[in-house]
Amino acid sequence: MITLSQVTKWYQKFQVLKDCSTEVEKGEVVVVCGPSGSGKSTLIKCVNGLEPFQGGTITVEGISVGDPKTDLPKLRARIGMVFQHFELFPHLTVIRNLALAQIKVLGRGTEESQQKAMKLLERVGLREHAHKFPGQLSGGQQQRVAIARALAMDPIAMLFDEPTSALDPEMINEVLDVMVALAREGMTMMVVTHEMGFARKVAHRVVFMDKGEIVEDAPTTDFFAKPRSERAQLFLSKILQH
Amino acid sequence: MFSNFDFDVIIRSLPYLFYDGMTFTLALTAFATAGGIVFGTLLAMMRLSGVPPLAVAATGYVNVMRAVPLLLVIFWFYFLVPYIGQWVTGAPRPIQVGPFVSSFVTFTLFEAAYFAEIMRAGIQSIPRGQVGAAQALGMTYLQTMGYIVLPQAFRNMLPVLLTQTIILFQDTSLVYVLSITDFMGAASKVAQRDGRLVEMYLFAALVYFLISFFASHLVRRLQRRIAIIR
Repeated sequence: MITLSQVTKWYQKFQVLKDCSTEVEKGEVVVVCGPSGSGKSTLIKCVNGLEPFQGGTITVEGISVGDPKTDLPKLRARIGMVFQHFELFPHLTVIRNLALAQIKVLGRGTEESQQKAMKLLERVGLREHAHKFPGQLSGGQQQRVAIARALAMDPIAMLFDEPTSALDPEMINEVLDVMVALAREGMTMMVVTHEMGFARKVAHRVVFMDKGEIVEDAPTTDFFAKPRSERAQLFLSKILQH
Repeated sequence: MFSNFDFDVIIRSLPYLFYDGMTFTLALTAFATAGGIVFGTLLAMMRLSGVPPLAVAATGYVNVMRAVPLLLVIFWFYFLVPYIGQWVTGAPRPIQVGPFVSSFVTFTLFEAAYFAEIMRAGIQSIPRGQVGAAQALGMTYLQTMGYIVLPQAFRNMLPVLLTQTIILFQDTSLVYVLSITDFMGAASKVAQRDGRLVEMYLFAALVYFLISFFASHLVRRLQRRIAIIR
């Protein structure tokens, strides 16, 4: 469904992505991990065109993201994205956060979009917070609202950019639970995360990145059992020590 | 000291001062604020658009307007607008617009430069991630601006925008150079006619002070009420 082929990106003289190629099938969950600064967040932002890239191609259901003729807003409306810092709209209530793009982008009616919003809030366990402002919620609650907001658009795939990195430890699980449930339902997901427990539990494949390159791209069990590259071995030994 | 003051002149001229004068002053302030914010926001968006011709044009406009004294701009527009009108419509003669229209146009265009800078700061105060989130939901540039960035920028900047409006309210007194009867003009005319300069100018100062003072007070209270919960 999502195909990346030799994606290359430069920040002036500095190359952040080097010939990155991988694929996410329909219904597949792919975890992207690697040390900080390895380009994994940049890579996932290229998938819906939030970050431009100079070389290679990315296609989502056959539509080329990098093609200047592509209607990017239309494509993005079909791909959900969840950010590290939630990025809820602070001037709108929770339910307005969920309803706004449904109404303005998808052209749904107010009634329909509110119902959809309430259903999704119920699902992430935040129904009673519908009329609060994001600033009145905890980080974990905000991130769950952000997931619900993305789901309200009925996306064909979901991108997660370090969804738990900005959370206090006790709030990480409530967000991961929602993501695990989503994965089990068969949602196509590309997840940048350091949560190796999550990867083991639901990921079909793990993509390991270092210094802008995809070093390893393997089925989850293989990746954890016998990582081929030295860099992945080193990364895993560091991250799994505790 | 006040023994030979004639405060009665103020009472006698109250209807003229407020009904004729203050009405115009407030109308001009309101119109120039509304128009200035709309045009100023457009200028700010042009300046931040990253499209060189738009950014250069907006930057040039803002810098020129802010570098020229308001009094001069009022004169310029009064004499230039008829010729611009002629040029635009292709009329055989300069189009006389009169001091009223001229003052409304001038103040709107002049204040737009100041409001543009305020809105630019406001737009820049919104985290980049907000734009990313709006775009990720499929919003276009205009939707992102209209529903996400500008409402937040406007709210963040409302106190500054209103403070600028209070300054504008005081600056409208400069229309006296076009012989318009605003509040200051009315006070001035009565003062000249009755030879009561000190009384009238004292009273005018008091009125400007009271209105500006209470408006500032309201702005502070409003600021506390509309703050976005973060």
